[in-house]
Formats: sequence, structure tokens, C-alpha cells
Amino acid sequence: MKRREFIQQTTAATALVGLGGFGLQSFSSSLKKITILHTNDVHSHIDPFGPQDGRNPNQGGVARRASLIEGIRAENPNTLLLDAGDIFQGTPYFNYYGGELEFKLMSMLKYDAATIGNHDFDNGLEGLYAQLPHAKFDFISANYDFSNTIMDTHTKPYKVFVKNGIKIGVFGLGIQLEGLVDKNMYKETVYLDPVEIAQDMSRILKENEKCDLIICLSHLGYNYRNNTDKPSDLSLAAATKDIDLIIGGHTHTFLKKPTIVKNSMGQNVLVNQVGCFGINLGKIDFYFDSAKNKTSEGVSILV
Amino acid sequence: MNFKNLFLVLGLLLAMSCKTPTDVYKIEGKNININDSLPTITSIENFIKPYRENINKDLDSVLAYSVDTYSKADGYLNTAIGNLMADVIYDEADPIFFKRTGEHIDFVLMNHGGIRSIISKGPISKRTAFELMPFENSIVVSKLPGANVKELLDYLARAKRAHPISKLKIVLDKDGQVIESLVHEIPIDFNKTYYVATNDYLINGGDGMDFFKDSEEIFVLDYKIRNALIDYFMKTDTINPVADDRFIQLKE
Repeated sequence: MKRREFIQQTTAATALVGLGGFGLQSFSSSLKKITILHTNDVHSHIDPFGPQDGRNPNQGGVARRASLIEGIRAENPNTLLLDAGDIFQGTPYFNYYGGELEFKLMSMLKYDAATIGNHDFDNGLEGLYAQLPHAKFDFISANYDFSNTIMDTHTKPYKVFVKNGIKIGVFGLGIQLEGLVDKNMYKETVYLDPVEIAQDMSRILKENEKCDLIICLSHLGYNYRNNTDKPSDLSLAAATKDIDLIIGGHTHTFLKKPTIVKNSMGQNVLVNQVGCFGINLGKIDFYFDSAKNKTSEGVSILV
Repeated sequence: MNFKNLFLVLGLLLAMSCKTPTDVYKIEGKNININDSLPTITSIENFIKPYRENINKDLDSVLAYSVDTYSKADGYLNTAIGNLMADVIYDEADPIFFKRTGEHIDFVLMNHGGIRSIISKGPISKRTAFELMPFENSIVVSKLPGANVKELLDYLARAKRAHPISKLKIVLDKDGQVIESLVHEIPIDFNKTYYVATNDYLINGGDGMDFFKDSEEIFVLDYKIRNALIDYFMKTDTINPVADDRFIQLKE
């Protein structure tokens, strides 16, 4: 996961000392921490489940999620908050207000970006478009081509965030809509192959944007055991390179901890998903240091 | 030190002063449960409150009364709750379909799995309709050839499940073969086409109902099943559905 090649020549190091303190600051204070927080498939679950709920009693709730996030941000301001889609549909909040409250609350919680899930089309492209003014965060989708729809120019394939000098590239991927969403809802939205797009995106983010960290925000689903041809987060992780973290959704998979997958270059990729309904919050901390502090085994992953 | 090296050093210095070292050396990941051990943020809670109160007021206003508790598990090939839902769809959708096409719905077929909750004894509200039908499924009408109606009957005979039907009557013999099938009390003519009301999930092959793919025409009513239920509850004082003889199997 080496992001930058440093020429470690003895002559260069000696010369640095000879030139005095100039430039040494960047070496001594180089320890940095980036925190990635994430949700998926919240499905309009704004209120917590009640104490009588058969499955998830007393769990979830946006006002509680807000306090958890506030605490983490106080600890580390260099935090990104992301959502992997299916914000809409699941409680009367959506039926009555069409997603207005969901977007307003996510804006109050200072979400940085979200990708688009299949249920976010439930009120059609017009229904999604109508709620955009309530969202103070970006919608990121690289493999839905909205050119011939009302959503044109209202999503970005990727976004680069800079936190404490660290460049974080985030790109979004959505699931195939045909057969899953009524054509009247997604209209002329074109679904592009997520694996090909992921390869393009990771190349752009690494080579052109020079990102230090590359995150894929995916609504493809965690894994399809009985349909291995269907793109999933696990298959995507194995088929691509340069992606550090895949944040998933769609399959409502409650992972106890992130999964570690080897990518096409044999490097580790983290795949995480936090089930659904705002019951869990994913938290991934990336610690950065200068190249010389890297352990001989590479990156240590504690999950 | 030659000039070449000096340039290299200066270049490195420049690169480093505007770009700090950026190698990941450690990653920690965990998923944190959100539960009642966490405090709530009051401003968020206060922001939600008026939305919640408005919804609850509307959802909980009483529309009708149920004389008993009804579950889709109560019955073999037809249930009181399923019969109610299928009959409601017929009653509410047929006038709309007739107005648009000049034709009448012949019968209704829904799916047993589409009934998402029980109806409890006592007051019925919009919330009841949301619980019964939380999804956004809508009513569609298929113009279905007789041959496919035959497949539909075979499907129901095989499934032996109380898929809700209305205006359709099916009798199975003790071996599970269809021995009688009527629409509006008239024997089905498999050379005719029939207008079958169902939902947009089943028309696309949901629950393996592949016979709908041969529909000659599909009419989208833009009418959600939940709204049909709400419309029915609003004009009904008391509901008292029963399991009847619309889908039965003979013992002898």
C-alpha cells in the first residue's frame, strides 16, 4: 500500500542535515490518522426500534448515531462520513415526505458523500431529483450514466477529499437496475460494468489525482454465492487493484468485522458493510507515516 | 557532491515540503452498534419531532374496525385476510380499469408472501395498511390468454399455498388436480383471454409466476395496493372477512 516512492539515498539524507532544519518538520510530525465512518441501507429508519421489536430492540436511531459520530469527530477531526445507498424506503417517513427528512438529517450529521442504491429510485428519477436541494452532500456514482436523464450533472463519478494533507479518493458504484427496479423509475439511466469502471476509477484516482487512499462506495452487494457472475464487493475486490477500502450495501449483510480480500496484485483490500436500518456504524482508521516506519511485513490490519 | 545530486536533493526538499509522507502502516476496523446506551443529540431529536407527530396523527386516525385478528397462517388454500385483500383489490381497481378500458377485471391473483402482517382485532388505521403492505407495489392488469390461465391454475395447484384470489374459484381433487375452475361463477374457457389483476412484482415473474410473461397486454393502473386498502378502509365501518370455498381441495 505504498503511495509514494521515496529515493532513500545516503547522499540525499546527508545533504538534508547539511542544509539545516528546513524540510525536517515534515519528517518529525508525519503521523496522521484518517477515520472513515459509514452506513448503508438505512432505509428511512430515522427512529430507533422500540423495546418490543422482535429483532432489533432499542437499536438504531439517527439522534443516537449523531452523538456517536460527534464523539468520533471530536477525537479525530480528520473524519469522512459516507453512505453506500438505499437511504430511501422502509418507514412512513419516506412515504409521507419522499426522502426530505432523510437528506436533511444526513446533512445535519455532515455526511460527506453517498452513492445511489436501487431503492433510491423508488419515487423515480424525479422523486430523487426533487429531494436533492435537501442534501448538502454529494452523490457519487461512476457506473450509472445519467446523461439522458433529469439527474444529469447532479452526480459525480468520484470526489477527492483532502484531510490533514492526505488525499482520499472516493468513487461510487451501483447495482444493475434492470430486473430490480421498474424501468419507469430509472428511465434512461445506463448501467455500466462496475468492474471495468472500478479499474478506470482507481487508475484515475491513483495516477491523475495522486490519491493516498482510494475508497469504493458500492451498492453492488457483499457476495453472491449462488451467482458468482454477478458483480459483488468480494469479487470486485479480487478483480481490481489500488482500492484500499470497499464500503458496501444492498445485501443487508451484518459483518462482525471488515473482510480482508487479496486484490489482483496480491495486496490487501478491506471490504465492510454494516447490515441495515442504521443499527451499526462502520469505523475504519487509517494510520499514515513516512515510508521508513513501515514494518517489514507491510501494513498491519487490526480488525 | 556534484550538481546532479544537489538538484536531486533540492527536488526532494520541494516535494516533501508540499507533500508529507503518506504511507499507510496500520488500519483498524470495527463496526459499532448503535443502541440505547448512546445519548441522543437534542437538536436532531427536536428536528424529527414535528415530522413524526404529523405522520403519527395521520397514521393512527381510526378508519374502520376489525371484529377479529386475522393472519395469513389461518387457513389452507384460502384465508380470511387473503380473501379480504384480493376482494379489496377487485372492488377498488375494477371501476378504475373499466373507466379506462371499457373492460372489467375477470379475477385477481396476488401472492401469499405479499401479506406482510396480521390485522389485529380492534381499530384499523392507515398504519394497518402500511403494516400489511409496506412496499410500494402497484396494481397492474394482465390480458392473459387462456393457455396461460391454465398455467396459472396449475401453478396454484402445485403451490398449495393460499395465494389470495378474488372472483376465481378452484377445486382440487384429493390428488391435487384441478377439477373445477370458475371465473365469476362461469367455467373458464381456455380459448378466451382474461383480464387478471395482480401486482407489478408478480407480473415480472416474481414468486415464479412465469405465466404472466405471455401477457398480451399489461395495463398499469398507477394505483398502489396500500392506497387501495386505505381507500377501502375509509369507506368501510367494520371488517369481518372469512375463509370460504374459493380455493379448496376435496378429501375424497
